[in-house]
Amino acid sequence: MPVVRTVEATMLGKLDWSAIPFDQPIPLVAGAVVLVAILAVLIWVVVKGHLPYLWHEWITSVDHKRIGVMYILLASVMLLRGGSDAIMMRIQQAVAYQSQGYLPPEHYNQIFSAHGTIMIFFVAMPFVIGLMNLVVPLQLGVRDVAFPTLNSVGFWLTATGALLVNLSLVIGEFARTGWLAFPPLSELSYSPGVGVDYYAWSLQISGVGTLVAGINLVTTVLKLRTKGMNYLRMPMFCWTTLASNLLIVAAFPILTATLAMLLLDRYLGFHFFTNEAGGNVMMFMNLIWAWGHPEVYILVLPAFGIFSEVVSTFSGKALFGYRSMVLATMAICVVSFMVWLHHFFTMGAGPDVNAIFGIASMIIAIPTGVKIYNWLFTMYGGRIRFATPMLWSVGFMVTFIIGGLTGVLLAVPPADFMLHNSMFLVAHFHNVIIGGVLFGAFAGFEYWFPKAFGFRLDERWGKAAFWFTFLGFFATFVPLYVAGMLGMTRRMQHYDVAAWRPWMIVAAFGMAVLTIGVVCQIVQLVVSIRNREALRDRTGDPWDGRSLEWATSSPPPVFNFAFNPDVRGEDAYWDMKARAQQQSLEHEVPEYRDIEMPRNSPTGFVCAFFATIMGFALIWHIWWMVILGGLGAFATFVVFAWRDHDEYVIPAEEVARIDRVNLEERRGLVSMAGAT
Amino acid sequence: MNLLDPQGPVAAANSTILIDSVFIMLAIVVPTIVAILAFAFWFRASNGKARYQPDFVYSGRVEMVVWSIPALTVILLGGVAWIGSHQLDPAAPVPGTGSPVRIQAVSLDWKWLFIYPDQRIATVNTLTVPAGAELNFQLTSSSVMNTFFIPQLGSMIYTMNGMVTKLNLRADNEGKLQGLSAHFSGDGFPDMMFDVNVISPLAFPDWVATTAKTDAVLDEASYRTLMQQGIEKGRPAYRLEDPRLFDLIANQHIPPGPGPELISDAGRPHSGGHDAR
Repeated sequence: MPVVRTVEATMLGKLDWSAIPFDQPIPLVAGAVVLVAILAVLIWVVVKGHLPYLWHEWITSVDHKRIGVMYILLASVMLLRGGSDAIMMRIQQAVAYQSQGYLPPEHYNQIFSAHGTIMIFFVAMPFVIGLMNLVVPLQLGVRDVAFPTLNSVGFWLTATGALLVNLSLVIGEFARTGWLAFPPLSELSYSPGVGVDYYAWSLQISGVGTLVAGINLVTTVLKLRTKGMNYLRMPMFCWTTLASNLLIVAAFPILTATLAMLLLDRYLGFHFFTNEAGGNVMMFMNLIWAWGHPEVYILVLPAFGIFSEVVSTFSGKALFGYRSMVLATMAICVVSFMVWLHHFFTMGAGPDVNAIFGIASMIIAIPTGVKIYNWLFTMYGGRIRFATPMLWSVGFMVTFIIGGLTGVLLAVPPADFMLHNSMFLVAHFHNVIIGGVLFGAFAGFEYWFPKAFGFRLDERWGKAAFWFTFLGFFATFVPLYVAGMLGMTRRMQHYDVAAWRPWMIVAAFGMAVLTIGVVCQIVQLVVSIRNREALRDRTGDPWDGRSLEWATSSPPPVFNFAFNPDVRGEDAYWDMKARAQQQSLEHEVPEYRDIEMPRNSPTGFVCAFFATIMGFALIWHIWWMVILGGLGAFATFVVFAWRDHDEYVIPAEEVARIDRVNLEERRGLVSMAGAT
Repeated sequence: MNLLDPQGPVAAANSTILIDSVFIMLAIVVPTIVAILAFAFWFRASNGKARYQPDFVYSGRVEMVVWSIPALTVILLGGVAWIGSHQLDPAAPVPGTGSPVRIQAVSLDWKWLFIYPDQRIATVNTLTVPAGAELNFQLTSSSVMNTFFIPQLGSMIYTMNGMVTKLNLRADNEGKLQGLSAHFSGDGFPDMMFDVNVISPLAFPDWVATTAKTDAVLDEASYRTLMQQGIEKGRPAYRLEDPRLFDLIANQHIPPGPGPELISDAGRPHSGGHDAR
């Protein structure tokens, strides 16, 4: 029946029943469980009548705080997915000695590819972007980001990418090429399945989301600061946000272009990176790392900013060597673009090239080292309170120095000739990404949670989570360092070398400890929500903070500040508190004005809906659906561009009412502090 | 496969640089970690004896020191990196005793082919070399990227289709070592481990003579069979028909190896690696 087949091919492209992995129970069961969970939540939401609330208050919200929270929620859910992948890999390598283990290669290879992709693009990125979204406008003393609706679009496109990656679990397959999909392995001749297409289209769509988030935050920091907030009075987190987002704006287009070339190879028979017809894989290596190395700093710079805020707040001191820190941040921002070649010293470039890039990579360790010392001296002479965020910060400093050491070691080309692509390398980058980015994200989560939701998190469970994660991290990754020294390379689905085995077993045990840490974090959240009345933060300043986000209530009103704060120095809010104490009270009665705020808009959600359709259709070659999705997204954009009303007014009386409640609480705090 | 148990001069020099670099860095890393823990402990809020100095937020002297410590370390290590990169350039010859042995290594899906053009023999997944001799490797790939690595002999190098990379090594002690691919290359990747037999220079000609007596012949036709995706559990050896075979592979006169055979059109191809098992 050739005619019927043609119709099917037109309607469904490459999609048919064989795309569902009926023969593979693990992804099928996992997918089914997730699907049931999502359906259950949806039904609960609809039956309980929460749908209008969700739609009006969250899904269509253009409030930077709400979008920040949604980013972090996305990152947390994806952390569980990526973490499950990690558990499966550690178990596989613990049992796959002289045997196939329990995961066949075509499954294991998808798992490590998905683990890397998810952890970088859908955990680390949304977590730090979420924290920046939530906090930076508050720290700058402004009412919103520069482009509120674009912000929503950016978030929802990131969510689209995450959705597509997870869809590959049950429909088709994910890439089996590693998280950077190196050609020629990722070319059509060696990866004919849809896995690489899932990978590439997810990242193309979420990459657009990341790029607009970057443009938005750069513009916000450069153009929207409250009066008196000049550059050298900005909190450190705003500086690192600026540096990180400048890197996003500069680096993400490289990723988009590189993946576009790979897709042209795969879809239209181009030869950018193929073996044949003059394609060149070395070009892909250079391009992908020209994005990939700055990406590392895109992630870790905001974490550095978080640690700067936390260490300074909990030491009861301003950040030591603030200007030196600014210089170090911007130095990292610039130099991080000049070191990409250290990812492939073993490609056979000459000794001059290798040595120059090796030394350039080491140079980044100088400003990074300066940061560590400045945090050290911030603690010196401080009065340190070991709340959970501070524990994460001290844990970070210790862990990150070790990761820095192994990193500089890998920057020495002759050492890299032995360690490249080994388990040592795997241990190194987890050392800096878990010990740097994830610890930073958790520190920021604990630190700013009361600001976002109005109550603190349970300290006991928080501390348990820290200790299990900290010890679990070392128990997992020190064995991998050792395995690397024993010649073990990464991505091995099975092995026959007896010397590696004990270390893989220890690492699996360490993974169990790490998992307990994550469970503690979930319990902490549940316990805190149940005890939220006892943990309530009434003053808006639970940690005796120093920057402007603590000057407003927790959670802040939609307009953040009734008046744009007037900044007269570094540590703006600390300064205000000090002055308020001198004058005994903030007694002037302000004159409230109407505030205009951007209206909610479904643009982001609708755009992402059509982008999801388009992405799915592109992956499966369903061309009519590609056109439909593309037209839908474009129409959404046109409707938004022709909107008539983009702002609404909050009347002065309403502003006054909200602000007075906060002022009452705060006066109580100030007078109490004055009395002691 | 312990990196710290080198069996040749390249690995020995690499691991010396590795250990030296670690100790140079430990010299500042250990005191820094101790200081972090000590400061964090001493300046805890509950310690009444610690002096609170909220205004100690800038000191030119401290800044001077904290910029110079990492800078000096990096200058020292940068020197190590510069000299090391030049002395241990994989393309630079490693002098040895006796006449150098030329070996042309080709990574296939998923096995290693070692061609001895001067001896007119070839082996799969076994590399036999004389102890003490200079080994000149030329490397390429039949299809995707791989990395040629014998941990106890030192430096690894990529293999890429249509390109030739160079590596020079030397094995000093007789014995059995193991090599592997250090760059993920698909489903059969973990089975790309190979044996390295380091034999005495006197036994090497005998080994060559014995191997050359084999009936199996490696020519373009048998190479095309060999490069199909699959795992090789045996250790076949061949007489080499045409000593220019490596060049034919490297300059793509023989086209790159095929990928998996498509059985289903719907995205989940069955791979050769799966079938071979």
